Amino acid sequence: MDEQKKKVTFKIQGKSYEGVAEESLLGALRRYGYDVPSLCYHEAVSTYGSCRLCLVEVQKGRRKKLTTSCNYPVQEGIEVFVDTEKVIRHRKVVLELLLAVAPASEHIRQLAGQYGVDSTPYQIKDPENQCILCGLCSRVCHELVSAHAIDFSGRGTGKKMTAPYDETAEQCIGCGACVYVCPTDCIGIKEENNVRSIMRWHRDLPMKPCKQCGRAFAPTFQLMRFAEQINKDRSFFDQCPDCRK
Amino acid sequence: MAKIFKTPEELLQYVERVQAERDPHRKVITVCAGTGCCAYGSMKLADGIEKVISEKKLADEVGLKRTGCHGFCEQGPLVVVQPQGILYRKVKTQDIEEILDITVKKGDVIERLLYRDADGKQYQKEEDVPFYKNQMRLLLANNGLVDPNNIDDYLAVGGYRALAKVLGRMQPEETLAWIQKSGLRGRGGGGFPAGVKWESCRKAPSANGLRYIICNADEGDPGAFMDRSLMEGNPHSVIEGMLIGAWAIGYPGKPQGYVYIRNEYPLAVERLSVALQQAREKGLLGKNILGSGLDFDININRGGGAFVCGESTALMASIEGFVGEPRSKHIHTVVSGLFNQPTNLNNVETWANVPLIIEKGIEWYTSIGTGDVSENPWGGSKGTKIFALVGKVNNTGLVEVPMGTTLRHIIYDIGGGIPAGKRFKAVQTGGPSGGCIPESMLDLPVDFDKLTEAGSMMGSGGMIVMDETTCMVDVARYFIQFLADESCGKCTTCREGLRQLGLIIEKITNGQAQEQDLDLLDELSSTVAEGSLCALGTTAPNPLLSTLRYFREEYEEHVRERKCRAKVCKSLIRFSVIEENCTGCMLCMKKCPTGAAQGEKKEVHKIEQEKCIKCGICDEVCNFNAILVE
Repeated sequence: MDEQKKKVTFKIQGKSYEGVAEESLLGALRRYGYDVPSLCYHEAVSTYGSCRLCLVEVQKGRRKKLTTSCNYPVQEGIEVFVDTEKVIRHRKVVLELLLAVAPASEHIRQLAGQYGVDSTPYQIKDPENQCILCGLCSRVCHELVSAHAIDFSGRGTGKKMTAPYDETAEQCIGCGACVYVCPTDCIGIKEENNVRSIMRWHRDLPMKPCKQCGRAFAPTFQLMRFAEQINKDRSFFDQCPDCRK
Repeated sequence: MAKIFKTPEELLQYVERVQAERDPHRKVITVCAGTGCCAYGSMKLADGIEKVISEKKLADEVGLKRTGCHGFCEQGPLVVVQPQGILYRKVKTQDIEEILDITVKKGDVIERLLYRDADGKQYQKEEDVPFYKNQMRLLLANNGLVDPNNIDDYLAVGGYRALAKVLGRMQPEETLAWIQKSGLRGRGGGGFPAGVKWESCRKAPSANGLRYIICNADEGDPGAFMDRSLMEGNPHSVIEGMLIGAWAIGYPGKPQGYVYIRNEYPLAVERLSVALQQAREKGLLGKNILGSGLDFDININRGGGAFVCGESTALMASIEGFVGEPRSKHIHTVVSGLFNQPTNLNNVETWANVPLIIEKGIEWYTSIGTGDVSENPWGGSKGTKIFALVGKVNNTGLVEVPMGTTLRHIIYDIGGGIPAGKRFKAVQTGGPSGGCIPESMLDLPVDFDKLTEAGSMMGSGGMIVMDETTCMVDVARYFIQFLADESCGKCTTCREGLRQLGLIIEKITNGQAQEQDLDLLDELSSTVAEGSLCALGTTAPNPLLSTLRYFREEYEEHVRERKCRAKVCKSLIRFSVIEENCTGCMLCMKKCPTGAAQGEKKEVHKIEQEKCIKCGICDEVCNFNAILVE
């Protein structure tokens, strides 16, 4: 058996569970019904560990340490504690920080509320902001869509998620995967007059009408890229998925 | 075509020949060509000396050498006349003729150019100057002797002998064991035992045998320049250390080297490139080095200016061409680092220690420093450490002392104390993530563990001395804001936490803070330290926490009394004229940039508070002590 896919036994607060070596601890915790909040994790893409909400304490040998669970690899013999005093204390501060970063996000407010945090003692920078710089949008764009349309720029307090040169994301195919995966709904998508717009990346893409039924079903640019990726002729996408069946 | 050494013996024979050809009594003028002295014009000075030597046809009588940093940067440009070792400081081009006529020809000293200490005592020889005398210069020993652009200079002082020793007589395992027993700990800041790291990397499985040997030369701490001086002054010592590491860690596999050097060090990049090329030409890098079977070469990778790229995983991401962001280290880089291969990363100074250990032996090395490392590699701190001594201290420069030397010895005996009769307040060690140590702890022996216990850290060896005119809240504000800017911005706790810490401290320095803000600082620091991913975040609150620990009363004064005792925080101070002292000389009026200082000639002046921007110029220029700052 592959060393990496080995079954291992580990504990969550005294109870034994089975996991796969190296899998995400957060994934395993959720599988077994433990409630650990997180914003930047998605099982379909690589872990990043930026939001710092999925903090847990892990005991490995004699050492017990606070760590994010999303990017912690499950290992034989570890024991995990999900709501120790320490975890609760730091999670509260992280939520307060997130409330100050993205005060306009309803989702963050709700999540904070679930953990008893209703207000923040910290200064709000931009009352309109909803983005928490979790990077899920760009990870999906790079790893799943392969469009590489957006990424982080800058660092520290000047870090932002953006299209190249803060202009239109010319590589964006308008698939909307970023919109779907964004935990705070801060990207925005709309379709009007057969044009799909991904609002945050300033990308407007004309949509292709189906040869058969006439419905504009996807951005032409997206279909062109898909055809390249799957090595099909462009005419493959002349029909909408319904008519193609 | 230079000769390629095929065996260790050939190298040693060559060294003997080079040494024999050199006359130890030959007169040589060495000019410091470190970055500090270069900024003072030492290159122009050296060119001038060269010109006068040829004009006076003295080339047979005296040589000229542009060397690495001598360390006494405060007194640059530095010139040392060998073999006597006469030190001249603050030398100007108009002094050249005199040096050649009087010192070189007649052998007399020029008193005007000698160093004088604060008590007026005059010193002729470099080695007698207290700044040098109180140090133990092992790594820096050759900086003032060798021309970094000439490999023969390094060979003549015994360079590459350690390499010849390991490749000729020691198996990789034995070499590794030496480093383990020496107790050498990482000089980049963490103090992790190098031997433990090397062994883990050697033992980590590598299907293709490829192991990376990296030198971290991304020295980013404000005020730190020891790695820079080593690379600029003695680049071969770093290369030799890496070669020995490649043998111990990577042989018989395929080790490959990188030096990750910040692009802000153009001179270091240049000299290191020259050194690498010269080492290749002599067969000290490349295939089958000295006939040992070891293949190894070193690439230079220049950093793009991010402080965080000094963190090991961010550095490796940067070499790979990605954004320099740290990743979690649940799988260590010794197992899977650069390009997912086992990778051993050490700092410049750590590598430079390696040839010394091999050359002079474990017993000698472990006799220097603190503790006992024979059982536990964390049991002590061995060898010397170079500190960049800067700030409010008389002799700024590079200082190398044995581990365990007290702060007092470094600051007073070597550093010459605090200038202008001011009182010492604190010393900040360990770079921006270090901490401030108060006067009561001046007798603290400096080693990895003692500094950590004191709430600071060794870091890469920055040492910033502060006097009574330094506001500790303002210091914390500076470092927290530096780190907030330099955070990679990945973790919420670091990016947003540091921003908020900075805002709260700013409120304190502005006199707008409330009592509960101090509690908020405590709470938030703890989350930043425990909830962030890499060492930048986890150590970032140190400057704040250490000042809160040792100087809490200053914070409380700012908050409760709206008072800044060091008179630094502009919102909390006020300038006014002491009427009985003011002679109405109008000097402050002339210098005041905003027209806040007002009055008539020979009448008492006044400062209009609405216009005053609190720049302090009036106080600086007043000859009659007539400005009150409160």
